[in-house]
Amino acid sequence: MKLRKISILGGQDKDANPENIRRIDIQTGEVVAVVGPTGSGKTQLISDIEQYADGASPTRRTILINDLGPDSNGPNKAFRHLMAEVSQKMNFVMDSSVAAFLRKHARVRGIEDIEKRVADVLGLTNELAGEPISMADNLTLLSGGQARALMVADVALISNAPVVLIDEIENAGIDRLKALNILKGQGKIVLVVTHDLTLTLMADRRIVMKNGGMCKLHRLTREEKRIAAELAAIEADISRLRNLIRRGDSIEKSKNNKEKAVLWREFCSTAHLTSAGL
Amino acid sequence: MSLVFVIVAGPPSSGKTSVMMQVIRHLQQDSLQVSACKIDCLETSDDARYRSLGIPVCVGLSDYLCPDHFYVANLEEVWDWAENQKTDVLILETAGLCHRCAPAVQGCLTVCVVDNLVGLDTPKKIGPMLSTADIIVITKGDVVSQAEREVFSHQVECVNDKARVIHINGLNGQGSLGLKRDILKMSPLQGITGGQLRYPMPAAICSYCAGETIVGSAYQMGNVKKIDFR
Repeated sequence: MKLRKISILGGQDKDANPENIRRIDIQTGEVVAVVGPTGSGKTQLISDIEQYADGASPTRRTILINDLGPDSNGPNKAFRHLMAEVSQKMNFVMDSSVAAFLRKHARVRGIEDIEKRVADVLGLTNELAGEPISMADNLTLLSGGQARALMVADVALISNAPVVLIDEIENAGIDRLKALNILKGQGKIVLVVTHDLTLTLMADRRIVMKNGGMCKLHRLTREEKRIAAELAAIEADISRLRNLIRRGDSIEKSKNNKEKAVLWREFCSTAHLTSAGL
Repeated sequence: MSLVFVIVAGPPSSGKTSVMMQVIRHLQQDSLQVSACKIDCLETSDDARYRSLGIPVCVGLSDYLCPDHFYVANLEEVWDWAENQKTDVLILETAGLCHRCAPAVQGCLTVCVVDNLVGLDTPKKIGPMLSTADIIVITKGDVVSQAEREVFSHQVECVNDKARVIHINGLNGQGSLGLKRDILKMSPLQGITGGQLRYPMPAAICSYCAGETIVGSAYQMGNVKKIDFR
């Protein structure tokens, strides 16, 4: 069976008042952000989805998969591992080389052309990470950014979980916008729990949590889309500048070298100008 | 009287108490009377954690005896105690030390708790404790990668493919609702007397069982087995 959509049927907030949102349908390939202050109920919402809440969790929410509830035996069995998770506090703990571990995971998932898939995962990882990793590297010795990049690539290409939860990866040192697009492109439902503005604005819709309840469902406005593009452009510029410095170059005002001729203030205004044209 | 008997086993620090506390909170919301019993060796502080939930708690310390033999020998007494507390669901948490023992009793729901950090070969090493369980709870999934979670669950399923595997975060309770549902699906037991262990306890009648402390063949009597070096 193929996942087409999941639906969240609203329950109640911390004071047992009915949630404002009575139903949300999320289709595959969609990115939905979950926002709200700490303690507003974000984790509980994710938890309800992961364990197919059937109206009995403290929030009284019900989760439907392809319009089927948790009582019907169908979806439960087919999606035993519904949700894959990538978060900032996750680490690799196995003492194994990247290649050996990826092969093992691919075997567990019943993937046929294991060598090709493993190579694809490594390729994707190196698109996302700052420093490239190799097949022979030890998993536990990867840097934070490399590990997170590998986790995203593995979830995209090997894990068969149809729903991916991205939990606060803003400081992970990877190209998170690209990561989001890759997961989206693999036909996953992506839930993003974050305090990061750019990442939030990458989602077509966002659920606003308040006092344990789903308070508002917000669709990206045209203005927000414009700002998102602007922020993404600024980030691309920052990342270019960062790479410049990591390569050993310096930022100086010089007519001979146009690419490097960017002072910080100038750099900011350039970024603004470029993106304003979008 | 009848009650649902839940036996919880698992290696030390795998999260047995944390997981069960999350589940007990769910059960309490359904107005069920839950009691907890903790079997341990020399000392335990888990009883204080269970007590903080406002439920009746008893502790059994095996002291100089094997904690699993002690556990079986006290099942009737624990049952009687739980009956006196008008218990609907009894949670019995074992010491979780020896990888040879399996506390599962026919008719009871046996839960084995293991964590993602113990390594890929551990499911095989735990043996009967894992293979005779009805439900296997895997904890600490929040600190390892998704890939490792999936490979580890697979290793667990290789040892026991009949049990239901539930991933639970003992700290925030994520996943614990599934375990509560499975507990409520159990039909209550009418009594524990005559119930049968699914796997026999290890034999242990040698001089060291009787308090011997000196090393050497001359000091060994009874059920003594030597390594075969061939």
